[in-house]
Amino acid sequence: MSATTAPSPATTELRPGAEVVLRALKEQGVEVIFGYPGGAVLPIYDALFQQNAIRHILVRHEQAAVHAAEGYARSTGKVGCVLVTSGPGATNAVTGLVDALMDSIPIVCLTGQVPTHLIGNDAFQEADTTGITRPATKHNYLVKRSEDLAAVVHDAFYVARSGRPGPVVIDLPKDILIKPAPYTEAPAASTPHRSYRPVTQPDMEQIKRAVALLKASKKPIIYAGGGVINAGPEASALLGEFVRMTGFPCTNTLMGLGAFPASDPLFVGMLGMHGTYEANLCMFHSDVMFNIGARFDDRVTGRLDAFAPNSKKIHADIDPSSINKNVKVDVPIVGDAAAVLRAMIAAWKDDSTAPQKEAVAAWWREIDAWRSIRCLAYKQEGKIIKPQHAVKRLFEITNETGRDTYISTEVGQHQMWAAQYIGFEKPNRWLTSGGLGTMGYGLPAAMGAQIAHPDALCIDVAGEASILMNIQEMSTLAQYRLPVKVFILNNEYMGMVRQWQELLHGGRYSESYSEALPDFVKLAEAFHARGMRAETADQLDDVIHAMLAHDGPVIADICVAKDENCFPMIPSGAPHNEMILGPNQEQNARAVTDEGKVLV
Amino acid sequence: MSATDIRNATIAVLVENEAGVLARVIGLFSGRGYNIDSLTVAPVDAEKRLSRITVVTSGTEMVIDQIKAQLDRLVPVHKVSDLTLEGPHLTRELALIKVVGRGEHRVEALRLADAFRARVVDATVQSFVFEMTGNAEKIDAFCALMRPLGLAEVSRTGAVAIARGERVV
Repeated sequence: MSATTAPSPATTELRPGAEVVLRALKEQGVEVIFGYPGGAVLPIYDALFQQNAIRHILVRHEQAAVHAAEGYARSTGKVGCVLVTSGPGATNAVTGLVDALMDSIPIVCLTGQVPTHLIGNDAFQEADTTGITRPATKHNYLVKRSEDLAAVVHDAFYVARSGRPGPVVIDLPKDILIKPAPYTEAPAASTPHRSYRPVTQPDMEQIKRAVALLKASKKPIIYAGGGVINAGPEASALLGEFVRMTGFPCTNTLMGLGAFPASDPLFVGMLGMHGTYEANLCMFHSDVMFNIGARFDDRVTGRLDAFAPNSKKIHADIDPSSINKNVKVDVPIVGDAAAVLRAMIAAWKDDSTAPQKEAVAAWWREIDAWRSIRCLAYKQEGKIIKPQHAVKRLFEITNETGRDTYISTEVGQHQMWAAQYIGFEKPNRWLTSGGLGTMGYGLPAAMGAQIAHPDALCIDVAGEASILMNIQEMSTLAQYRLPVKVFILNNEYMGMVRQWQELLHGGRYSESYSEALPDFVKLAEAFHARGMRAETADQLDDVIHAMLAHDGPVIADICVAKDENCFPMIPSGAPHNEMILGPNQEQNARAVTDEGKVLV
Repeated sequence: MSATDIRNATIAVLVENEAGVLARVIGLFSGRGYNIDSLTVAPVDAEKRLSRITVVTSGTEMVIDQIKAQLDRLVPVHKVSDLTLEGPHLTRELALIKVVGRGEHRVEALRLADAFRARVVDATVQSFVFEMTGNAEKIDAFCALMRPLGLAEVSRTGAVAIARGERVV
């Protein structure tokens, strides 16, 4: 067991395992834990009852516990903590764990387990939790010896937050929680881990090569992802400094929104499948690309063999396995985003070569021409609310309040519209399920953010289908008086499924209609929240104002155009320069190939 | 070597000797669709609680680099070493080979075993068990020769490997 190798002096006093676990959590800085009790974790719940240091938030489903912890972690930069019982408690948490794994969110999830002597016996509520969660986590542990207990908790937190962050599971057999156990303090930060020592400081030779490439570049693009957010607010500040000192265009991935301020003229918008025309064309036509903290995801690259065909690629990532995974790069840099950016800024200053000012100015003229297409323009006419308009007004009116705002989303069209029309000025304000694409993410994530930031405005931009996947959490909002606002773009369709069926499957809308929807206003009331609805364009602003003004949870049911598609769009299997800009252009778009149809 | 050329790689992985570590390595290969030609594991250092996994795999250079990076980021992995890339190394495999037969076949089997330096570790009037070490090709060749002579059962360890000279993982 790797955790036990740097032993700090064990105190001689033995306390029940559950108390030792809580003490270790406290030492790790845990203030809030999201969970749901059950037989195997009763000893921890008993210990929680008898202390005040750690607050427990009772969710209504274990999946939501993990998403709430993700929302908490992403909005604070701390490790999110989850407590669930054995068997179904653990299996329900799996979706959340994989979500955190894909989006590199630090989570420690404690799962109960049947007592050690019953493991493998098909006991009541037994599941092979470490087996099931092995590919769902960054690492997991089964504690079989009381003397390992505290050290394992400390190790789990180190693993969750170090290197590329991720979810960690600690499986705790009930007897281990009851038996007296010694406490060991966390090893000093300077003590190297036995086996896991991620590289954080970049290689200076590679940094110099990267700077030389960028200085010689005539068509540069800086492409920043979630790694910059994960590296802490300082990394975002350094990114801003680097982008401004170079004067190069900057694009963010879905996960990276907020790393660079959306209002900055050097920002060309999000890139990828539903990114802006200018961002994607910048990528396609660039001669040097600097990827910092992004992973060349398939949603970003489009067709790989036509991805930025003429560019030299610099890729900085804390995870060496992200480098050269999908895209062969010219300058690989392994390191923490903040450390890399600090080194890049220093090296840029040290390098006496003059950058290609005139060429870059010409590049900006090209970019401005692409911008002038105004790929996100839409026409709000008549009474029917356009979903884009609803999101844009939500953003504008929220901005007018001047309140610190956290936006979460579910998954689908509404998520992409939120990414397109809400401008993020700061990191950690945007909580969305990027890698796994988990419907039902947004409400619990907003809940977690609201717990961490009680005075902030936390809004879940939702679709009427996604919201139903974790709607039970309305009850949690009521219990803890969390004033989360749920802003539903209700088009009575699983909109993204409907869009793909329209574009790729001949308009055969197989099972994508949201039949028999609840009345969301009454549903809100049933959950002790306020419900409101906007059915026509003239009601939209009033509803948004009323939603923001109400000091408590709200569901705003915004009835929007049913057949609106999310554009721009890079069709599956197409390169960046074959974007579909909008409905008028659809007919002209190249038919999606069978190869493209295979892609998700 | 071009981007599409497939090469073999013998990779040595030093890991914590703890429950589940083998499952992590195997799960990584199956989950990401990498090949495993052979995989062996055993504790090598009781004091430091280390085990050594030797995995023989194949893929393009990019895939093999991925495999190494993916292995290296597993928490209980101490060191990953691509013996094929890093220079001359020795690969050995142990096999136990049972041959059942009578008369001339028996004599021929013994003669070939001698030529291959396989040892007889068990014998009855109707059978031999040969023990043989060597690289995979040598064992393959011996088994092929034994087939017409009454080859009944083969048990192989898979490859273990170590760098030549002073170099260590």
